[in-house]
Amino acid sequence: MNFVYRIQAIFYKELMQLKRDRMTFGMVVMIPLIQLLLFGFAINTNVRHIPVGLVDQSQTALSRILVQTVSATQVVTFTHQYASVEEAQNAISKQDVRAVFIIPADVSQRLVRHGSVGFATPPATDQETSRPIAQWLTDGSDTMIAASIKGLRNMPLAELISKSANRNTPTFEVTLLYNPEQRTVVNIVPGLVAVILTMTMIMFTSAAIVREREQGNLELLINTPLKSIELMLGKIIPYIFIGLIQVTLILSLGYFIFHVPINGSMLALAGITLLFISSSLVLGLVISTIAKNQLQSMQMTVFVLLPSILLSGFMFPYEGMPRVAQIIAEALPATHFMRLIRGVALRDVEVLTMTFDLYWLAGFTLFGLLLAALRFKKRLD
Amino acid sequence: MSSSSVDGKDLVIKARGMGKNFGALKAIQHLDLDIERGKIYGFLGPNGCGKTTSIRMLTGLLTPTYGEVDVLGLKLPQQANQLRYHIGYMTQIFSMYRDLTVRENLSFIAKVYGIHGTTQKQRIEELLDIYNLSRLADQFAGSMSGGQRQRLALAAAVLHKPDLLFLDEPTSAVDPESRRDFWEQLFDLSESGTSILVSTHYMDEAERCHGLAILEAGIKRADGTPEALMAGMNANVIEVQSDRIRQLKEQLLQTPSVISAAQLGTRLRVLIEKDVSQPKEHLLSCLSNQEAESLTMVRPSLEDVFVTCTGEGRQ
Repeated sequence: MNFVYRIQAIFYKELMQLKRDRMTFGMVVMIPLIQLLLFGFAINTNVRHIPVGLVDQSQTALSRILVQTVSATQVVTFTHQYASVEEAQNAISKQDVRAVFIIPADVSQRLVRHGSVGFATPPATDQETSRPIAQWLTDGSDTMIAASIKGLRNMPLAELISKSANRNTPTFEVTLLYNPEQRTVVNIVPGLVAVILTMTMIMFTSAAIVREREQGNLELLINTPLKSIELMLGKIIPYIFIGLIQVTLILSLGYFIFHVPINGSMLALAGITLLFISSSLVLGLVISTIAKNQLQSMQMTVFVLLPSILLSGFMFPYEGMPRVAQIIAEALPATHFMRLIRGVALRDVEVLTMTFDLYWLAGFTLFGLLLAALRFKKRLD
Repeated sequence: MSSSSVDGKDLVIKARGMGKNFGALKAIQHLDLDIERGKIYGFLGPNGCGKTTSIRMLTGLLTPTYGEVDVLGLKLPQQANQLRYHIGYMTQIFSMYRDLTVRENLSFIAKVYGIHGTTQKQRIEELLDIYNLSRLADQFAGSMSGGQRQRLALAAAVLHKPDLLFLDEPTSAVDPESRRDFWEQLFDLSESGTSILVSTHYMDEAERCHGLAILEAGIKRADGTPEALMAGMNANVIEVQSDRIRQLKEQLLQTPSVISAAQLGTRLRVLIEKDVSQPKEHLLSCLSNQEAESLTMVRPSLEDVFVTCTGEGRQ
């Protein structure tokens, strides 16, 4: 029974210290709140209103209508007009605009002969008729911007001429499940749970042992009958509650502000979150037994945090990464949790079928806890 | 608690040839200790002489490089965990939680030792009363003065009523009056049967101890009661009264039989080797200019003992 009292002693002490540390206490709420609002609104893979320039060599009614049609897509916004192509290229290199739309002088001739308008279906080898109507010059270094401009390549020009466009029938039919409106935020919010928890949970415990050492309290602790595993558990338990508060905050804000649905069962969600919180806290504890001071523990936290954001599947699809990156990603708890929470929250997957990720997180937690307890010696040598 | 006994003495600490090396540094060399139950035993020595290292080995925090250590009948470092319940340790640096109140700190320590419920409440009230902390019970430990912190640390160290108490330079950040009160409290604890090992670099504190070890550079130079140490000192003490002390001191330090000469106001306290049969006459013969100097043989103090037995290591 004594071990319960000892864990409880550490537990209360941690809560008390956290309560006194106003800044940290505030961060528990502010970090998820601000980051969710920030990323929820900011991260958007559907790029719109790209500032572009115009070089109109034709100066006809047709060219003006063409510009209006392009503007109507809302992908680009014409902000500048240039007299020559050279001038426009300079503007791109100075980043005044991200792309330039060049309308040639003979745009009307090109248009009437063009295949997309449908007066004829000439062979592609025909020089006269396969000429494009106009040209885009784009800053290709940003692949997101380039892809959006490339999306304009085949834009229909039906409104331009009162004749229906000669559109191709698609080869394949694509049905979008779970997120038919293609809103980025649906994928971002559950992912943010993983990122924010990784950050706050590792941070809390990575400082845990180091702080005791720096403030001289460690000598007090190791002189008591407290066992290292009891110390570790006592340090983790209060933060599990904090993690659960943060998850609740993120998911409910996601639901009310961004209308991100939670399709799966709440119980499964609570289960996987608990597992992930524990594994992140334990990872922090391991860091704390390695670091010599709080600065080192902070550096190690960031060392884990960055790959957790970039490799876990939060930003880029896991499948698209090279093999080495995938192996690194597999080692991070965030990757497994990313799969689990997206599965449960978005696709209503029966969580018990995702055994690999579940076992991995559970194994990571147990192994980490043992490692931290073994690494923490109740001696000074 | 069981304990060892040597020559019928009831020992709480028995160390034989205990030593500790930190790499090339020999922090402690072949230390033998026999500390009796119920006594206040002192470690006297300058900073860096190995007091803290010795205490850490005796509490099981450091593993000795060689030698045998037996504390309260438990073998160290193997049985260090069992020992924890029976010893209290007041660290040199204040190690209570600064962002917790006095009461919270004590309650935390109590829980860690498995003391809870009404027993805990009573014990904490009792300690707050004994150590004069009742008025400060709800104050943060970090906002207290040196003397108050020291009382809290002592209260925490004795909370679980240990048989043996280790105090590592407990009075180094404390004013003289608090030091006196602190020692009164130590004698109360000793009276009630607690054995105490205290390290210090103050002579007056060392003189209060029942037993004493003088440490220098990791080696025990002397061991015994303060009285025995003073009586058995290998030197005689002569005080010289003079107007031109500085020159006199220079002159005397040239003499081979003079161990040391320290100025005390207008007097010069000279330690002269014991085998000099007539120290006063010898000293007078050493002084070239003998005008107006009065010489008196005086009782040795603990400081004299310290200077005599630590001299060789310093040169």
